[in-house]
Amino acid sequence: MSRDVLVIGGGIAGIQASLDLAEQGFTVYLVERLPSIGGKMAQLDKTFPTNDCSICIMGPKLFEVERHPNTQLLTYTDVEAVKGGAGNFTVTVRKKARYVDEAKCTACGLCAEKCPVSVPDVFNMNMDTRSAIYKYFPQGIPSVYTIDDSVCRIFKGKKCNICAKICEAKAVNYEQKDAVFDLNVGAIIVATGFDVFDPSDIKPYGYGTIPDVITAMEFERLLNASGPTGGHLERLSSLNTKAEIEQLEKQIKHAKAGLKRAEKNGQNSDKVDEVKKRLAEMNESLDGLKAKEASLAELRDIAFVQCVGSRDLRYNAHCCSYGCMHSVKEAVVATEHESELKSTIFFTDMRAYGKEFHEYCLRGGSEYGIHFVRGRVAEIAQGDGGRPVVWCEDMDTRKVEQHPFDLVVLATACVPSQGSASLATMLGFNLDESGFVKTDPNKPVDTSVQGIFVCGCAQGPMDIPSSVSLASAAASMAVQTVKALG
Amino acid sequence: METELRIGVFVCHCGINIAGVLDIEDLCEYAGTLPNVVTVQPNLFTCAETGTSGIKNAVKEHDLNRVVVAACTPRTHEPIFRASCQEAGINPYFFEMVNIREHCSWVHRHDREAAQGKARDLIRMAVARAMFLEPIETFKSKVEPRALVIGAGIAGMSSALALAGEGFDVTLLEKKAEMGGLLRDLHKVAPSEVGAGELVEQKVAAIKQEGRIQCFTSATLEEVSGYVGNYSATFSSNGNTHTHKVGAIIVATGGAPLKPMGLYNYDGKRVITQSELETKLKSGKLDAKSIVMIQCVGARIPERNYCSRICCMVAIKNSLHIKEIAKDAKVFVLYRDIQAYGVENEALFLKAKEAGVRFIRYNLESPPVVGDGNVEIYHPAMGKEVPLPAELVVLSTPIVAHDDAESVSRILKVPVNEYRFFLEAHAKLSPLDFATNGIYLCGNAHYPATVREAISQALGAASRASIILSHDAIERVGTVARVDQELCSSCFACVKVCPYQVPHMDEGGKAMIEPMQCQGCGICVAECPAEAIQFGYVSDAQIMAACEALCA
Repeated sequence: MSRDVLVIGGGIAGIQASLDLAEQGFTVYLVERLPSIGGKMAQLDKTFPTNDCSICIMGPKLFEVERHPNTQLLTYTDVEAVKGGAGNFTVTVRKKARYVDEAKCTACGLCAEKCPVSVPDVFNMNMDTRSAIYKYFPQGIPSVYTIDDSVCRIFKGKKCNICAKICEAKAVNYEQKDAVFDLNVGAIIVATGFDVFDPSDIKPYGYGTIPDVITAMEFERLLNASGPTGGHLERLSSLNTKAEIEQLEKQIKHAKAGLKRAEKNGQNSDKVDEVKKRLAEMNESLDGLKAKEASLAELRDIAFVQCVGSRDLRYNAHCCSYGCMHSVKEAVVATEHESELKSTIFFTDMRAYGKEFHEYCLRGGSEYGIHFVRGRVAEIAQGDGGRPVVWCEDMDTRKVEQHPFDLVVLATACVPSQGSASLATMLGFNLDESGFVKTDPNKPVDTSVQGIFVCGCAQGPMDIPSSVSLASAAASMAVQTVKALG
Repeated sequence: METELRIGVFVCHCGINIAGVLDIEDLCEYAGTLPNVVTVQPNLFTCAETGTSGIKNAVKEHDLNRVVVAACTPRTHEPIFRASCQEAGINPYFFEMVNIREHCSWVHRHDREAAQGKARDLIRMAVARAMFLEPIETFKSKVEPRALVIGAGIAGMSSALALAGEGFDVTLLEKKAEMGGLLRDLHKVAPSEVGAGELVEQKVAAIKQEGRIQCFTSATLEEVSGYVGNYSATFSSNGNTHTHKVGAIIVATGGAPLKPMGLYNYDGKRVITQSELETKLKSGKLDAKSIVMIQCVGARIPERNYCSRICCMVAIKNSLHIKEIAKDAKVFVLYRDIQAYGVENEALFLKAKEAGVRFIRYNLESPPVVGDGNVEIYHPAMGKEVPLPAELVVLSTPIVAHDDAESVSRILKVPVNEYRFFLEAHAKLSPLDFATNGIYLCGNAHYPATVREAISQALGAASRASIILSHDAIERVGTVARVDQELCSSCFACVKVCPYQVPHMDEGGKAMIEPMQCQGCGICVAECPAEAIQFGYVSDAQIMAACEALCA
């Protein structure tokens, strides 16, 4: 028997549920599969309808849940098995090796600076790079580094150990092993959140083939000060071109050095001429790239396409609940970055049903000049200079029109998180027709298994305040369970 | 008063974060020259175990009575160093922190000289301020393990039951003669298809069986005094006046559908509201074969510019119920945007379309016109006006706040918004809390909510209240405003500016600030023209000392 509670998932819902329980004196284990708690909310730039900076309002909660004497944070940890029932669950968890001693690491960041490996940064939606030893995001909690053993040179059998050598706190430990252990808890709260739908399945929208068609979450990172552009509004094609220029400049520098060497050594003139010719070609394409970059520098017209993979029987029948507000917010924030910007939102129904939401949309139109077009986008084609062109029937004018844009942002569906089906099998609870955790509408946080509760987007698509409310509700049910049975 | 001030200064390298830009050795040397500083120690990482135990050892070894740490941000690290002070046996508020990372090495990394100078200035100011620090104690206040829940609709009843389930006593107030609220008169709840009356009766029976809940019907809240953990609530019920001591309060006063007087020829007979339709459905008295529903009646218009969240789903639910009784009935829903968010709602919307309910969109510029036996509407897909047969017209009106919202707001000193819905502490992260600790909200009192949402919020509000109720006593740190009544000129400035309405005039006409209620924002301190209000840990003497040190 136990009066302790396990919370699975360290996003805003899991954090709030943990805090409510800890504040009431219950011991909470908060399990998160990633190296840091924070979840999707930590990736957002701003939040509607108040335009609060997301990580700024969330940061204190991250600290609070880490520091609370009644919580035990188990990050980089997976749930492997569950036995028993309400009042007495035995949960087997695997705390994955970080290869960094959490107690010693002071997050000074020197290791990441010196690490020679560079891989795509998942937190920044792969639009930036990180090293093999990394912090999931700057404000991540626990504030420690983690070695990604799938890319670290040491784990590939290569010679390195730069991070171990440079670490003044002596925190790096390549010998660290996974720790597998059991937790005995009286109740479980599932707060495993959601995934962003991958729009590359929708071929007519060109995601993945047209560089300037991106997802709403990618746009969040492009707006964010700790994102790949440092908060400077740029399109992806411009970022790509910059990377190409950098690459080419390196090659040119290399070739020039080679040429100098060849001339000095008095190599035959054919070879020298050949290098000269190649250098000229490279310089020419560099000019081309620079011209392209200059042409991409101005970002004036952005389109937001709603219901991408949502309310669409081919993909997901359900509505993502937050997409309309999310796009209006992104348009408002983008305009605050760049006042000349023009945003167009192509929507099905404008679902602005929360407190102050409708007013926010009206302000979006009147103060920020957002142009709202009622209609579902049929296709996104590639026009002049690779610009995306949106084809849509305007339901008000009943005309099919095409509009070129500099950037198209897809408001992608909210889908069940990847591990939710296997977690449901492991824990034994039912899912609904969309794959979210099934609940009785009149018992909104009870799963089909006694003693297991759900909150946040694991239960269904919802916005942040609903997730927070539901998290507190799940905490109340968990308390009632452990007080009665634990 | 202590005889001798003995200050210890600890300067952090923070790896290369600080030491990469600032010359730590120079800072240590400089700190050593400041008055009353008896020891200065550099640390690679002051926050690491070696750093904190270093502080503790130095306090003992050098008999320190003030500690200054020059390191990173107090937002994250102040509690750690305060704890070290406490463990070393000195008051945790005999501690001062200087941020030479964010404020120096990070922002001025390209100008080392200026950064170094600024770090020296900040350390000098901190040492000067440390001399005027005063011990701050925590104080405790007993918690009454009983909650007051105002309103016994679905939200209030659910909250009361959850609190009782968690082991707390509850005083439940209902202004009507019976519990149940809005649901009492409704037909069925979507999407569970449970009878609304049945759902209410289940809850009422559970409450009556639950010994911990005392319900008072025909009740009016009259006065509430006190503060978190220790309120005294006076209310009348059926002619008697009661006073209960409670530790926390939940506002679940609900809302009501707008009566559409003067809109779309509303007459309560042929043109009715959704709730009136539900009464008909409940009693089986619906015989109309052509029904037109109009959405956003009195909502999303300039004088009431909000979306009432639930009316689309109410219309969808009721149109399905009509189709169940009379499959051949013609049902049209005239809408502006269908709010069928999420999984369940969208599924129900699809089901209604499959059942043959017709959805036609209209714009605010060309609203439907209710005529005799029909409704004229501009059909956007057809591009022309069409008449729809309508034996019955049903108006979907928004949930509006109750008239008594303002009096509850005044009694509890909690705010409402321009539409008189109660205003939560934070729209995103504290949706169920008021800014005043100890008072919570849920259901339609906050904003229109479905039954699912109202119950979720009710359970959540119960959880928030339980945080208070689960403690025997609440501990508060004395970093609050204090009035020197000798100096008070009774000008009411503090009373006017306090966002939490804490200061008041006592019997002698002097300002009083209850420390348990004070949220420590400091606005009154700045406003008081007589300088009668001082703030613990940020006294005038401390600020002046720091300023003088800066200008020295």
